[in-house]
Amino acid sequence: MERTTLDLWVGMFVVAGFGALMVLAFKVGNLSTYNVSQSYQLQAYFDNIGGLKAQASVKSAGVLVGRVTDVKLDTTLYKARVTMNIDKRYQFPKDTFANILTSGLLGEQYIGLMPGGDEVMLKDGEEFKKTQSAVVLEDLIGKFLYGKAEDSK
Amino acid sequence: MPIARGLRGIGARVVNGVWRIGFGARFFMMTLFYSGMSFRRFRLTVRELFFTGVMSLIIILVAGLFVGIVLGMQGYETLKRYGSESALGTLVALSLVRELGPVLAALLFASRAGSAMTAEIGLMKATEQISAMEMMAVNPIARVVAPRFWAGVISMPLLAAMFSAMGVFGGYMVGVVMIGVDEGSFWSQMQSAVDFQHDILNGVIKSLVFGVAVTVISLFEGYDAPPTAEGVSGATTRTVVQSSLAILLLDVILTAFMFRGD
Repeated sequence: MERTTLDLWVGMFVVAGFGALMVLAFKVGNLSTYNVSQSYQLQAYFDNIGGLKAQASVKSAGVLVGRVTDVKLDTTLYKARVTMNIDKRYQFPKDTFANILTSGLLGEQYIGLMPGGDEVMLKDGEEFKKTQSAVVLEDLIGKFLYGKAEDSK
Repeated sequence: MPIARGLRGIGARVVNGVWRIGFGARFFMMTLFYSGMSFRRFRLTVRELFFTGVMSLIIILVAGLFVGIVLGMQGYETLKRYGSESALGTLVALSLVRELGPVLAALLFASRAGSAMTAEIGLMKATEQISAMEMMAVNPIARVVAPRFWAGVISMPLLAAMFSAMGVFGGYMVGVVMIGVDEGSFWSQMQSAVDFQHDILNGVIKSLVFGVAVTVISLFEGYDAPPTAEGVSGATTRTVVQSSLAILLLDVILTAFMFRGD
């Protein structure tokens, strides 16, 4: 068994192939932000989550602070229970508002956190007390039309 | 009796087709069964990796770059109408990673490497090298077919990944460098939209399946080719046609399984 130039070429080919996969995973894909290394879990109940999905981002003042990990229907309250992982570096007061917002007019939905003034911070496993549901475009249009009808009476 | 002859012809074609499918399936199983040698004497597989993988590199890289550039230009034109040019990165990356990377790389691979494999094995058969091996108690499937099979299966996902990476680079060149889409939103929207498991891994699975399909079809066509010049040329044509159809059909099936609107 001796080394040949053939081996070199094949080695370069395999390295380039795996390199391309790495680029796809880290530069193109979300593997680099997949697991916020040090994180804690928070929950929030919403009346209506609109189009929110797992893996949606959680932002505060526009900065990405975590990701939604799970969306379930709580059958005792009939509300949507959203579980999210928040980066350990960011702590939020107990009276933080959790809103479901939309990026752009028709963009994807995310959770926006508006910190309150409480001095006690939320701990792992706790929940946001104040939430605001997603704005459903159909409801808005419905309300608008209803209001118009009232006016014209 | 021309009608009877016509009917007989159709019957013969059907029987022949079913016969070939059965023989092809047995050939595939034999290849898997006798693939021990391609790993014990890995040198054999490395040699084939050079001819199938390394030699296809240039066409794959250049084609990937061009496809990415075209996607960037066309995507920008369409997205501009909705005022969402910043989603260009998402469009380019998702279409490449999910679909175009695996499918186009496999189509190029079939015409570049698959046809060469068919012609090589067909000629080996026509010049009686395969029978000579059998005479020397060397199993031609283990010695000739299996290393080529594994080389194709290994190189296909790597080539598809390189195609996609090159395409994303091409889209970046057009979108960010030439047209001037914001670089930050180009990458960040791409990263938030492309999921590692759902998009990239599924693309890799697709290209693995295509690799198996293309190499099995090429090797079988070569092995089954009539040992004449005409036979080999016909087999090479059939390889390209059948592997292209197989790739697109498998793509429909795999896409239906992987990306059911969730």
